Amino acid sequence: MILTLVGVSNGTLHESARRARGSGADILVRPPGSSILSSLSSSPMSDKLPDVFSKEPHVVLATGTIIQPLELFDSITGLDMEQFSRMSGGFHFLEGGLPVQDTDMIVDEPYAREKHLHVGDTLTLISHQWHITGIYEPGKLARICVKLAALQNFTGNPHHLSQIYLRLDDPSKAQSVVDTLRAKYPGYPIFTMEYFTSMLSVNSLGLLRNFTYVVIGIAMIVGFIVVFMAMYTAVLERTREIGILKAVGSSSALILGMLMRETLLLAVFGTIAGILLTYLTQWLMLHFAPGGLYQETVYGWWPITAGIAIVGSLIGAVVPGIKAVRQDATEALSYE
Amino acid sequence: MSETPMIQTRQLTKTYRVGDIDVHALRGVNLEVNKGEFISVVGASGSGKSTLFSVLGGLTPATSGSVRINGRDLSHMTNAERTNLRKDTVGFVFQKYNLLPTLSAEDNIKLVKYIGSHNTELDSSFKEVLTLLGIADRLKHKPRALSGGQQQRVAIARSIVNQPAILLADEPTGNLDSQNSVAVLTLLRDLNERLGQTILMITHDEEAASYSHRRVHMRDGQLTS
Repeated sequence: MILTLVGVSNGTLHESARRARGSGADILVRPPGSSILSSLSSSPMSDKLPDVFSKEPHVVLATGTIIQPLELFDSITGLDMEQFSRMSGGFHFLEGGLPVQDTDMIVDEPYAREKHLHVGDTLTLISHQWHITGIYEPGKLARICVKLAALQNFTGNPHHLSQIYLRLDDPSKAQSVVDTLRAKYPGYPIFTMEYFTSMLSVNSLGLLRNFTYVVIGIAMIVGFIVVFMAMYTAVLERTREIGILKAVGSSSALILGMLMRETLLLAVFGTIAGILLTYLTQWLMLHFAPGGLYQETVYGWWPITAGIAIVGSLIGAVVPGIKAVRQDATEALSYE
Repeated sequence: MSETPMIQTRQLTKTYRVGDIDVHALRGVNLEVNKGEFISVVGASGSGKSTLFSVLGGLTPATSGSVRINGRDLSHMTNAERTNLRKDTVGFVFQKYNLLPTLSAEDNIKLVKYIGSHNTELDSSFKEVLTLLGIADRLKHKPRALSGGQQQRVAIARSIVNQPAILLADEPTGNLDSQNSVAVLTLLRDLNERLGQTILMITHDEEAASYSHRRVHMRDGQLTS
């Protein structure tokens, strides 16, 4: 449970970072007053700004997007299809092609697979019926894309943008260009894409980090209690067996040693089984909910969860174990 | 000079505290059992015979009086010392067999050798005992695959594998049908006669007690005869 939660948190964010890198941009410009990772539900920038930025030194291409959040983690992104294709190298379509009409929509393959969509299907989102005209390989900024102007109009934000992407003639100059732009356009949060994607981690997102820590904390406590109670019950049920061992001359140390070794073995096997189960949940998410959450294998958490399992089970075993070995042998033998 | 008794108790008492009530389970028991003797302690339920079994086996300490097993005084022994005594000096046979369910019959026997710090291999003379007990071909089976009589015979084998000074049997036929009861009692008598094993058997059954050399009766925590 812990490994799955951590894996989903990291995996989903890293997948977002991969998609952001797939835009082909070197610099990201966000609306004034927004933070690097704040919500993108508003579109306060003018769509004339890309032309302004494109005239800056080293900027060879500028394109704006508008983002309309949907339920959970999904969102629709409005793109200038031509400019975005030039910037990103273009979509690799598995079916169909670029949108032509304002109500045309393209989606990436995992989303199409999850929603069972094919070219020619219709999909109702933000109270509009969209026609699927293309299904593309994932990794191109967004999962659901429509024409920029169409989404601006449908969401009541004509001529407004959520963010602007810049491509440079020399990506190695990204930081110096960012510094120049920040000086020239005070108030606009401007970042290199490298910095932006590096911030898409659990530790960089304050709210998500706190949420994740709370969830992981609860999972750790629940996991500990489950392991503790399982071992406590298992050892308690063996009070009579412990009584038999005492009767035939086993010392308390020998009995507790046996219990500890057995518990340790169970905890190690349990941990291995837990790790294997995370691969099962990964497979299930990939095959049955490919458009939603992504789960990564978080190797760094393997020893942590192993520690929780081992400590929890050892404490769970040692408490009834000590109780049983301290008991009079005749009482332990009469335990039913 | 007479031989030291294998079991000797003097004014042995045991008082349990049950809630706010003191239960006097043993009220001054004086008993001597010689080496090689097969004795039965006969009494009704609640007479204190099982408490006597526990105290003689060092499973629970006496409240007062003295208990000597093979010359060793249990009265002042700590719990750990009594545990140590049980490794080699006392063998137990219980009414409910008390075999470890996850181990085979052979491993149940070997475990006791291991606990007693002995070589866990069963020597040829003990294999003859297993043949005498009729379980030589059942050693690889888990207790659940054995009948009650077979389980009790495994328990008997386990109790004598470390060649204890005394074998204590608490209602060894209490869970067995009459045919298996006769078989087990006959085996106990054979072990006594062939190996010279000192045996003290607790029973409520006079017929079972008739297999022993001597029987004493117990009532209200005291020996009456």
